[in-house]
Amino acid sequence: MKMLLVAEYRQKKLLESYTELLAFAGQFGADCAMFLVGDGAAELPKFAGKLYLADVATFGEYNPDAHKRLLLDVVAQEQPEMIVLSHSSYGWDLAPRLAAGLKAAQVSEVVAVDDGRLVVPACNAKLRRTVSGTGAVTVATLQAGAFSLAEAAAGSPEVIAVTGEGQGRVALLGYEAAEHGGVDLTKSEVIVSAGRGVGKPDNIPLVANLAKALGGEYGASRPVVDAQWVEHNRQVGTTGLTVAPKLYVACGISGAVQHLAGMKKSEFVVAINTDRDAPIGDVADVFAVADLKQLLPVLTEKLQAL
Amino acid sequence: MKLLVCIKQVPDMESKFKIDADGVWYDRSDLAWRMNEYDEFAVEQAVQVKEATGADLTVLCIGPEQVKETMKKALAMGCDRGVHIADDQSHRRDPYQIASLIAAFAGDKGFDLIFTGMQSQDRGSGQVGVMAAELLGLPAVTTIVGFALAGDKITVKRELEGGVKATVEATLPALVTCQLGLNTPRYPTLPNIMKAKKKELLAVAAADLSPADALLQTVKLTFPEKKGGGVFLEGDVGEVADRLIRILKEKTSVLA
Repeated sequence: MKMLLVAEYRQKKLLESYTELLAFAGQFGADCAMFLVGDGAAELPKFAGKLYLADVATFGEYNPDAHKRLLLDVVAQEQPEMIVLSHSSYGWDLAPRLAAGLKAAQVSEVVAVDDGRLVVPACNAKLRRTVSGTGAVTVATLQAGAFSLAEAAAGSPEVIAVTGEGQGRVALLGYEAAEHGGVDLTKSEVIVSAGRGVGKPDNIPLVANLAKALGGEYGASRPVVDAQWVEHNRQVGTTGLTVAPKLYVACGISGAVQHLAGMKKSEFVVAINTDRDAPIGDVADVFAVADLKQLLPVLTEKLQAL
Repeated sequence: MKLLVCIKQVPDMESKFKIDADGVWYDRSDLAWRMNEYDEFAVEQAVQVKEATGADLTVLCIGPEQVKETMKKALAMGCDRGVHIADDQSHRRDPYQIASLIAAFAGDKGFDLIFTGMQSQDRGSGQVGVMAAELLGLPAVTTIVGFALAGDKITVKRELEGGVKATVEATLPALVTCQLGLNTPRYPTLPNIMKAKKKELLAVAAADLSPADALLQTVKLTFPEKKGGGVFLEGDVGEVADRLIRILKEKTSVLA
């Protein structure tokens, strides 16, 4: 199997996620080439193979029209059977453009390989689909963290400079840094997070009080932050913080992949949820099947009495 | 100005799913259906543009007869008319086929702006919007959490990882895919629900739009293997709390 791996460069840095692409390719024993719009004078992927490198000064960090054209040229030369990207803000944006351009199947957010076939989540990770492309080439994006190398990446690539038309119809004007300030959840040893299951903003104090009783901080999943019940700097998940506390208590959190990605490295996970099939169960050490509105006040009181 | 918003009807994600007889999708019976959550933000943004500019707004939905219920919500939120691409097989189609139906419908309509959700909650592929834009030859921007229109230019904020956002500009006509948190989707008011009943709802048969051939096949649908090891606590909340505290004392150092 021949694969073309698409590495990412953002805010003047090569992203480490290229190692996940290598780990995935390793499962197929694939013969790999890599593609990167980056800076040849800066750090390059540690990889012993061909690296098709386009200069970020010309092609930009986000310029999907130009990146697609460059990639289609490389695909024509390399003739890979699979083109692999991260399922990231760069990857999920670029992959469908490539797939449409090649009239190739796209498989989004691969979490596993089953007998050479790709497995992706469905319905908030409650189900899994095993899929296969019908054509000669497949474009795949990989869920963040689903594949990792057993050993550190090594080697230096054989750089092949690629160039072409730099124009695109979408222009990146700049970046806006994440909002920080106040609490830093990543430093907390205990985090108690509120999910959609809290129901209403009046119930946030139940979560905050439990966090306090456990000597920690409270956090939240994305829907709760979007609803403005909790500030953004407390959001755990792909688009917020990645945390690894000693104890993580997920209250009314179903366990969407985006949330799990932000907390699954926690040492000990307690889930409190009325739905015992909720995917948060996949990472929970203890699953209390209970209504948080009833359990939290009782639990907090008992902890305060210790 | 002409606007299009594409929506999907999905089951409530809290549902207890069963696998269908063919083993390739979930059983569609006995489910509560609603508008794909991401699409609610797309509809809201489209309605806001319509209100600000007086643009004409069409909502499109592909699926069986029952999706009309979800379309009524979009009409009650403020879309001017609905186009129902009637397709009993939509749940078996891959994203490229769905995109081909949208492109076939939109191809000669001259839409200036097309809104979609960034992904559906059930399939979660995040491909349809971008593929439709590619088939229509339009620039597309994905995962937007901020939107501004000035003249024929849109300035949008893309959500990246770790809370970082990118500001991106494009010239109309264009397509954007909407992320959660882009705006606050409105609840339809009763008068608007009544008005929506009188709005035009066109039906087009999917076959008349000659969908593309499938590029992707679902081999099987399964439940994820539970990783196991997790202890379930159930019953009286006082007892659950006591057992939980005992476990935390044994297994963690946080109560030391």
